[in-house]
Parts: sequence; C-alpha cells; structure tokens
Amino acid sequence: MTAQRPTLAVFKLASCDGCQLTILDCERELLAIAERIEIAYFLEARTRTLEGPYDIGLVEGSITTEHDAERIRQIRSRCKTLITIGACATAGGIQSLRNWADVDEFVRQVYASPQYIQTLATSTPVSDHVPVDFELRGCPIDKKQLLMLIVDLLAGKQPRIPRYSVCIECKLRHTVCVAVARGVACLGPVTQAGCDAICPAYARECFGCHGPKESANPLSLAEHYRERHHDPRPLVHLLSNFNAAAPEFRQTAARLQSAPSGPAQGAN
Amino acid sequence: MSTPGIGTWLKLEKPKLQQLIDALRDSGYRVVGPQVQDEAIVLSDLGSVEQLPIGMIDEQDGGYYRLRADEEAGWFDFVVGPQSLKPFVLPPRETLLSLQNTGTGWQVRTCHKTPSREQHIRASEAEGQVLLQASKTPEVDEPPVAVLGVRGCDLNALAIMDRVFLGGPYVDPRYQRRRESLFLVGVHCRRAAPTCFCHSLHSGPALPAGFDLGLSELDECFLVEVGSQAGARIAEQLDGEPPGHREIARARAATRALEQRMKARKSATRSIDQGRWLDTHNIRQRLLGNLEDPRWDEVAERCLACANCTMVCPTCFCTTVEEVADLSGENVQRQRRWESCFTWEHSYTAAGPVHPDTKSRYRQWLTHKLASWIDQFDTSGCVGCGRCITWCPVGIDLTEEAAAIGKESTHV
Amino acid sequence: MSDQLRPRAVGTESTADPWLPTFVEVIRIEPEIRKVRTFELAAPADFSFRPGQFNMLYLPGYGEAAISISSSPDTPASIAHTIRLAGNVTRAIFSLEPGSPIGLRGPFGSHWPVDTYRGWNVVIAAGGIGLAPLRPAIEHVMANRELYGRVAVVYGARSPKDLLYRASFAKWEHAGIEVLVTVDFGDDHWSGPIGVVPTLLEQLPWIGAHTTVWSCGPEIMMRFTAQRAVAQGASPDHVYLSLERNMNCALGFCGHCQFGPTFVCKEGPVYPLPRIQPFLFVEDF
Repeated sequence: MTAQRPTLAVFKLASCDGCQLTILDCERELLAIAERIEIAYFLEARTRTLEGPYDIGLVEGSITTEHDAERIRQIRSRCKTLITIGACATAGGIQSLRNWADVDEFVRQVYASPQYIQTLATSTPVSDHVPVDFELRGCPIDKKQLLMLIVDLLAGKQPRIPRYSVCIECKLRHTVCVAVARGVACLGPVTQAGCDAICPAYARECFGCHGPKESANPLSLAEHYRERHHDPRPLVHLLSNFNAAAPEFRQTAARLQSAPSGPAQGAN
Repeated sequence: MSTPGIGTWLKLEKPKLQQLIDALRDSGYRVVGPQVQDEAIVLSDLGSVEQLPIGMIDEQDGGYYRLRADEEAGWFDFVVGPQSLKPFVLPPRETLLSLQNTGTGWQVRTCHKTPSREQHIRASEAEGQVLLQASKTPEVDEPPVAVLGVRGCDLNALAIMDRVFLGGPYVDPRYQRRRESLFLVGVHCRRAAPTCFCHSLHSGPALPAGFDLGLSELDECFLVEVGSQAGARIAEQLDGEPPGHREIARARAATRALEQRMKARKSATRSIDQGRWLDTHNIRQRLLGNLEDPRWDEVAERCLACANCTMVCPTCFCTTVEEVADLSGENVQRQRRWESCFTWEHSYTAAGPVHPDTKSRYRQWLTHKLASWIDQFDTSGCVGCGRCITWCPVGIDLTEEAAAIGKESTHV
Repeated sequence: MSDQLRPRAVGTESTADPWLPTFVEVIRIEPEIRKVRTFELAAPADFSFRPGQFNMLYLPGYGEAAISISSSPDTPASIAHTIRLAGNVTRAIFSLEPGSPIGLRGPFGSHWPVDTYRGWNVVIAAGGIGLAPLRPAIEHVMANRELYGRVAVVYGARSPKDLLYRASFAKWEHAGIEVLVTVDFGDDHWSGPIGVVPTLLEQLPWIGAHTTVWSCGPEIMMRFTAQRAVAQGASPDHVYLSLERNMNCALGFCGHCQFGPTFVCKEGPVYPLPRIQPFLFVEDF
C-alpha cells in the first residue's frame, strides 16, 4: 500500500506562508494523511525532498517576478494535478495592489538599496500563467476545505466547494447579520463561503478573503452602503484587500473611487 | 387547583412568568425564548425572565435593524427577530444517515439526533476531527423544545411547513418528531414594525389556533389562554387566577386595534408610518402570468443572490443532502443543511444550472413564495413576517417587487 | 386547539425512514455508447415500478443520483439503469463490478400512460440519452403490441456513434414498431437522415387526434416535437413530456426540482403537455 501512495508536493511563490501553515495546522489529521499520501516535497515541513513528478501539487503565492513565472511552468510540468491555494495564488493577493500603482515608486519607498530589487509591475494569479486544475480560496485557506479536498482527491472525486455566499454560513450558525444589525460594511453577501463565516461570528465584518462568490453583485452592495452611510471608503478598503485583483471586486472599487459621494441621507 | 380546560384563561402577574419557565423546564422541555444577543433579539435558551428583552423595541426597515429601549414598551413589544421557528423543526444542519463499511457491506444507521448549537460550534472549531471521524460527530439527545413568545406569523408559518413535511406522500420522520414535541407559548402582538404585513395574509397580528398557551400582555399583567391539553398541564402549575371579562376584552382590543391600524396601510410604498401591505388579489396570475416582465431584470441588478431572504424566511424549506466522508472513505454521513434557490448549486443538473443568473433565481423565489406555493400546498408561502425585507443587505422589499410585477411602469 | 388537532402525518402509515437506501447487487454491466453503460441490478424484494419512473442510486462517500429505470416492468427480478458518466456519483458507479453493492431508493415519480392509451396510435420521440426512460414503455408496448394502433419510435442523436440501444432497433421493427432515426452529424457509414427529431414526424402521416406522443430528451427538442405533433393533428392533451431537474431527495422535501407549480419528483417527471405548457417556453424558468 505504501508504495502506491500518491505523492504530494507543496510549493511557494510570493506569499506569507500562511496557507502552508494551515496544512501544518491539521495537527490531528496529519499522521492520517501521511499514511495515505507521500509528502514528497514540502520545505516548510521537512528537509527531505523526493524527486518529481508528483501526483498532487499545491501552490501558494502569486507571480511577481520573472523567476516565479518561469518556476511555475516547471512546477506545472512536474505535477499531474495542480491546485492553487490561497488568495495570492488564486487572485494575486494583497500584493496585486501594485497593479494599479507605480511599482518603482513602491520599491524606492520600501527598500534601502532599490537597485537590487527585480520585480514585475504586476502580481498575478497562477492561472494567468499555467492551467490550474482546482483553486482553493481564502486568506489563509480553510482547514476543513483543505481536508475535504484531500478526501475528494483520494476518493478520485472532482473536488467541489460551495460557490454561494458567506451569508449562508452565517445563517447556518445563527450569527446575527453584522451589516443589518450594526450597519458595518461587510463583504459577506458578495464573498464565496468556505470559512464557516468566522469573522461575523466574532462581530467582525467579512473582508472578502475567499473572493467573489458566483454571480457576485458588489456594485449593488456598494451603492446601498453609500446611500446609507455617505462615505464608501470602508467598502472600498475591503474590496481593495486580499482579492483586490479579482475582477468583480476591482471594478466596483474603481467605480466607487471615481464616483462622487452619494446623496446625504442618514440611516433612516 | 383543577386542570384548566382548553379555551380557559388565567391572569398572571408579570414576574410570575418565571413560573411558566420553571414548569416547562421541570416537565423536561428545553425552554427557548427571546433575548438580546449580538445587537438583536434572538431565540436562545431561557432560564429566567430577567433574560427577556423587557422594555426593548426593534426598529426595522429594508436592510435595517436596531434595538432601543422604549419607556412605553412592555415585555413583548418588540416583534420578530432574525430567527423563526424553522431551526427548531428543521435544523440548519443535521445528520440523516451514518454509514460504516464493515468489510462485508455497508452498515446504515438512521440518525434522529442532531448536534446542539453549542456542540455544532465546538465541532466547527475542530472540523478536522469531525471529518476524519465522521461516525463520532457529537450527537446529543434532543430534549423537546418549548418556545416562549411565538407570534402569529410564525405559528402560521409552522402550519405551512407541516404541509411540506407531513402532508405529502412521504413524511419526514425527523421533522415529525421535533414538531410533535414542540411546545408553543404564543404572544398576541400589540405593536407592528414597518416591515410587518401579516394582516395582508391573515396570519396576524393575533395568534391563530395552534398554540399550547397564548399570552396577552396588559400593562399590569399577562392573560394566559389555554390552547391544548399539553398547555393545560403546564397552566395548572401556574399561580394565577381567572381574569374578569373586562380584562379579556381589553387584551383582545389591543390586538384588534393594531390590526385596524395595519389595515389602514393602503399602499406598498416604503414609509415607516404606513408600513407594508401585500396586495394578494389575483397574485398567482399576476406573477406567473408576467414571467418576462422587465422588473425581473431590474430587481436582479439590485439583488445580491446572497440567500439571506430564504435563510430567514420561516417557510423556505429547501435543503441539500451532502455526503461527508473520512479519509478512509469507510465512515460516511449523509448530512442535510439549509439550501437556497438563490445558489448556483440549487438548480444544477448535468446540463448546467436551470437558473443560471440572479434574474431567474429571484423570479423562482418570488413566484414560488407567492404564487406556485398556492398550487403546491393550497396556501401562500408568505406569512408577512417581513424578515426577508429587514435582513436583505440591500433592503429589497418583497411587497414592492410583487406590486411592480405586471405594472406598466417598472421603475421606482 | 385540542390535541386531536396536533399536526399529524397524513402520508404513509409506516414509520420507515424514506431516506434509508436498500443495498442491492450489481448483476451485469453492459457498455452501450461512449460514456454510457447499462447497469443491471438485483431488484429489492417486492419492487415494482411503472415505465418512466426513476430510482435514487447511492454510493456511500459519493452521494445519490436520480436515474430513470430503463428495463421492462415485466421483468421484476432485475432493474436496469442506463447511465451516462456525468459527475462524481456516476463516475463512482462506473467503477463498480458485478457483485458490488449499490444503494437504491425508489421508484419515484409519474410514469408514461401506457394503460390509458390502449387502442391509440403511439409516437415515442426521444433525443440522445432520453431514449433510456422510454425503453420500458417501448418494451411494454412491444409485449402488448396488439393493444395499440400504429406505433413509432422517433429517435435522434448527435452522431451514429451516439445512438443508444442501436442493436434493439431491428427487434422493435420486427415487433411492428416503425423506427425512424436521425443524427445531427453523419459519418461514412451513415445513410439515414440528418437533422432533428421534429422533422421526422412529417414521415408519420397517421399522426392525428387519436395519437399520443411520449417524449424525452433535451427540452428544446421536446418543445419542437410537441409543436410538430400538435400541428399534425395530435391534441396537446395527449402529448407527454419527461422533464429533468435537480433531484436531491425525490420525496418533495428539498425543493430543488421545482418546475413552476409542480415538483418534478412528485408530479413529474412525466407530464401531460397542458400542465407545463405555460412555462415550457420561458427561458431559465
């Protein structure tokens, strides 16, 4: 049986390592997983590495350098099934804010010796560069979704994750809506579920880390918010966050920033 | 004191409502009632009358809910919060079957137990464990539930749910078990929120039949009406006295006066003073006869397809059964959870979703709720509780949309 | 309210859990066309069904799929399901071997009105895999051929390779059923018609007031087939269509399979045309 275990490799591009930590965070399950999967390449977890090709490749991080762009093509060629994990790999991450700014200016501000920095003008998702078999969203990814993904892959199933809103998860756990009862800007209604609606459960707004849901309508949410609260900035900030480069979020943020403030109406 | 008969009344000093909670608890019920949590009035475990939101009222409008103290308010002058009775008969998640591969075949266990809310949250925090040990998901014996403070709209909603789960060719045994053991302490409403339109559907503000005990609030006391044998058995444990005819008349007058005020609402326009009203005249034909009305496109531009309306709706019954397996694939559960017609998954077939966009989903929801429900269950699917209006993040108003379909002018 | 008025179930007297599957054995697996196989299952005790009904087939860990029954109701010891590989559940079913257990709930739904139309002419119009739920009706008509007037099977598929049950066509013809077949795209060996099912109806001049039409296939094909049959004199009252919707519970509880005023699992999948006519031409309804 051991000989036939599928091999797993975990790679990292431009990212914070948080998604890889989520894998390690499966403490109770890791041994059971390791019985069924050969962890062949996972530098954050073990120094021993096995040569590819690999059955399953998990990729964290976005493409921000020429080197990344070349490396992801190599990774793709060595992995039978390639799965991107986290907002960086699936949407470009928070570092995609550079996509609408002057990256050289950023480099000059941040680094003492900018002449050593080589970077692309954009941060882009892996799927812009190579075909991806499946995307697991989130910042970081959700442990339960990761485990379900592994269960599905081992069973030979096409992985499925919900495409509906975070609101459904709030309601399933009886969380009172923070947008309606507190008036806070919340991206739950336009964000894909998968986190078990953890932030609103702690009276915090959803900051959209799982990216736009299927049939997302952030523009309507934004217009309603502006009508009630005059100032659209809290919503712009949420949209310009971990999934800033997701097209539905980007378009709405851009429109809110360019449009004048809404009519002066209070919340009732 | 002898057992009071059905239809008899009892006068109870307000603080003595504690006796009711105690009597229910002593009879083995898990007592649930309204209380303030997370800036809203929710239904949660109730041990003491001190937990009730006495003197609080709720301000509700499209996409808007706030609580405030009000000097005039009594014990039950708030209206409905985000939860209906639905979770007590159809839990948001429950395990239907548990299967184990014994090596020679599948051993199937049918489950009639569900995790309590507390256990569910704990389970969520340790989801990995649940997943890997599917057969060991914490299950608790569910005690029968008694709900305090049920309004007319929600009691009517329960009767509608009964038709879905008990009235067809198949009976859902899990729903049946919970429903038959549910003890309902109703409250006649004295106040309506601007989102309330129960009068349009004859489902309030007075309680319909179906309660075990019905409370009417007067300024100085409660009147308790006995509605069932189970109610009588609890009522006999209360230290009350028979009320006078005047007191009963006063209690009825308060709810009747509210109903008159609500009936004065003539238009479906958005106004706090006037409140809502749903024109049900010929509504089935108006909606099903105008499936290509441009208003469906217009509302789809505002609708988020987030499904909040269906989650808070006391009669929306859609569910999905999902397969949860562990790593070995040998321990499996079939778990049912609430589903919504606003999701891509809801209508998915091998040829793609039948309702691919927000327009088709909103149309499905509204035509089902207000029109085709009548064909299916011989009743409207709406009770006028207004939750779908309040808890819509962009305040889409069902009464307004229903009124606009089939009208020539489709823009507000 | 007295306790006599407490909610009481009116459906079955039995306390059986309608969610419980019965595990049965796969007896035989027959490859049909690309990505389509027929699975013959041992029938549970006392299993009987009407042509056009469906079962929920279940594999633990993968889930349930609604699959129509495609064998004759007159061979009750086994049940055949012709299945197209479409998703996780069907992929798992395709990995089964004879002797494997599979869960089953059913039968569910309405059926082709085979008894109502004795003495009538019958047009059985199918598109693609839609022939599968019609096969029990064809078998039934064949076994009782003398009870019906003119009978035709009108069938269309994408290409000759996609024609289901092709080996049975001669048997059907031999039993006195006209078999008209068309494809969207021919190949080197195809000499038959190329085109859509509705136009084939023109070759059946006997379609008229005393004709019933039973159709299953893509909705667009059924719509035009129904229109064509009515144009040739059939009454809409005697046209029956089998609809497909998402079936999750098959019990009328889950809400997924609604089609306007009906639940496809309860009132369908086989509908008389007038019942669904107002909604059949509404896009995405």
